[in-house]
Amino acid sequence: MEFFLQQVMTGLSIGSILLLIALGLAIIYGSMGVINMAHGEFVMLGAYGAWFMNAAFGLGLLPSLVVIFFAVAALGWLVERGIIRFLYRRTLDTILATWGIGVILQQAVRLSAGGELRYVEMPSAFAGTVNVLGVDVPGYRVFIFLFVAGLFAATWYLMYRTSFGTKLRAVVQDRNMAACFGIHSGRIYSLTFAYGAGLAGLAGALVAPLKSVSPEMGTTYVIDAFFVVVLGGVQSLFGTVASAFVLGELTGSLAYWSNDTIAKALVLLAIIVLIRFRPQGLFASKVRN
Amino acid sequence: MRIKRRNFLQGAAAAGATAAVGFPHIWNKDMSLARAASGEIKVGVLFSLTGTTGIIEESLNKATILAIEEINDAGGINGMKIVPVVEDPASDPATFAAKARKLVVGDKCVSVFGSYTSASRKAVLPVFEKRNNLYWYPTLYEGRECSKNVIYTGAVPNQQQDEFIPWLVEKFGKKFYLIGSNYIYPKEENNYCKKLLDKLGAEVVNEEYVPLGHSEFSSVINKIQSTQPNVIFSTVVGDSVVALHRQYRAAGLDPEKMPMASLTTSENEVAAMGGDAAAGHFTSAPYFMVHKSPENERFVEAYKARWGGDKVTHFVSEPSYFQVYLFKQAVEKLAASDITPDTIREAVKGEEMVAPQGQVRLERENLHTWLWPKIAVAKSDGQFEVLKDSQEWLKPVPYAAYPSQSCGESGLIQS
Repeated sequence: MEFFLQQVMTGLSIGSILLLIALGLAIIYGSMGVINMAHGEFVMLGAYGAWFMNAAFGLGLLPSLVVIFFAVAALGWLVERGIIRFLYRRTLDTILATWGIGVILQQAVRLSAGGELRYVEMPSAFAGTVNVLGVDVPGYRVFIFLFVAGLFAATWYLMYRTSFGTKLRAVVQDRNMAACFGIHSGRIYSLTFAYGAGLAGLAGALVAPLKSVSPEMGTTYVIDAFFVVVLGGVQSLFGTVASAFVLGELTGSLAYWSNDTIAKALVLLAIIVLIRFRPQGLFASKVRN
Repeated sequence: MRIKRRNFLQGAAAAGATAAVGFPHIWNKDMSLARAASGEIKVGVLFSLTGTTGIIEESLNKATILAIEEINDAGGINGMKIVPVVEDPASDPATFAAKARKLVVGDKCVSVFGSYTSASRKAVLPVFEKRNNLYWYPTLYEGRECSKNVIYTGAVPNQQQDEFIPWLVEKFGKKFYLIGSNYIYPKEENNYCKKLLDKLGAEVVNEEYVPLGHSEFSSVINKIQSTQPNVIFSTVVGDSVVALHRQYRAAGLDPEKMPMASLTTSENEVAAMGGDAAAGHFTSAPYFMVHKSPENERFVEAYKARWGGDKVTHFVSEPSYFQVYLFKQAVEKLAASDITPDTIREAVKGEEMVAPQGQVRLERENLHTWLWPKIAVAKSDGQFEVLKDSQEWLKPVPYAAYPSQSCGESGLIQS
């Protein structure tokens, strides 16, 4: 029983990390329809941000988060203004362009920060374990879980309870009509892209103490993020949450039952079968096209 | 190694192009005469400077270049300078093969120093065997290879495990959890480990492999907690090592009771995971940066002076360094007109020298190297402390896990 509970917790933790990585992509891909191949590199930049803030200014991880969010968001804004906005409705070109941006960012980091693995310290307050329902869980994983819950709540509030969110949803439904009503759709899009990029940066900074920091780290994360968003259903924030935790529990328990290699293959197979029969994902929101 | 499709395509294209260019050289049967004619000895240096394994291989490149410069500054080999031809194979096996062909056929090098991964060594092997050239390979690897065109200066499984495993069993207990990255090296090491454990009456509670680059170890840690092994024998490589150690520590596991024993965790990985996560775990290797010997002090000092005070030396960069000196000793015995890969191979057989790790010898039979295994524990300052020095050097047995096979001067012997 205890191990069962432990395994459920593990699944929740894996799910929360998946959600953290995917949330930014859910906004960018889900709302704007931009297939952002550079998402993993935004995550990577966040991780390097955490390392840099510590190495250069001696700042701990938590205070660095604010800086990292705005810095990566600003970069996202620049990318949208400089490149992406010329490519709306040209999906294939967006894939190529964002892929290229990803490669450029990877090499820029390699050239400036060096290629070796970097070290980001875990905040000492979360270094121990916490007892949850009789099971010892790493404190830092609990922190990530709570942080992601907060981040999701904030994102949901932004999308559904603010005038910015209303405008965004209007632009998503019909860009021209929204523009006719006086909404500055270009500005809405660049802010949304910036917000998504900022979330990716936060994700990178937060996973850095648990994993490793290298210029190539983004490549694996972007794949995970796309799995979550595609499975959850584009344009559905709650779908993203559900699919992150479904994938987390599934990966965790399959890995426990056999091993991580098989778990990865089986999860991938399950996703392929699922989107074969339900291309819109688990939770598609009903939008008129 | 993550093989990306674009790398693969680039590599394939490059390999195709070089194969075509390579043809005109076939008629040149007197290549060997040109080799030392101008008072220069050309050697290839084939370590990736870019790509996934670029960082670690760059340190091998640096150790090799340092040795070449030292030899040249001291007057070269019989008055001839070593001229290194440096190529960057970009962590891609197909590019390795293409560049190897360029070095051997185009540049007419008499030897090439190179490779970190087994995949890249396997990729260049046909080039060296077909052209009967020599490849000097510094990395510890899984053994089970017997080529007369490769000089192996890194450890094979029996050299890292023969003393390590009994020591671990005696000190911590008989329940082992084997975890590795999913490719040939960890599987062969575990193969041999299981044989040793069998002999010692010890038990394997679980054996599993995670994908290369894997970074989520929470299910693995749950399994470790439920099976309660005495030792976690880890052959996880690359950035996965860092994630495994950090998550082990975050889960509150105690290295005093359940240490990880690794064959692949060096000073590099320790720096990336942080001393706290590394402290208390064990590594077995023939070389550690802290090893006390006059030769090692000189090596570390020269390395730092040449490449920067913050640089570390480790158990793959040390063989990269001393194998150039072995090359020098072999070539010294040859007349200038007689320097060919064949004569170098004959000359290096049985050759001995004092390397930073201790006295090493190139085994006549299998062209592997007699080495000095050491057991060390990582400390929170990022360095290791050597706990046990081997009493004698250990003979390389590349087919240790396969009693019916062995490697002799004429090639693989089946019995």
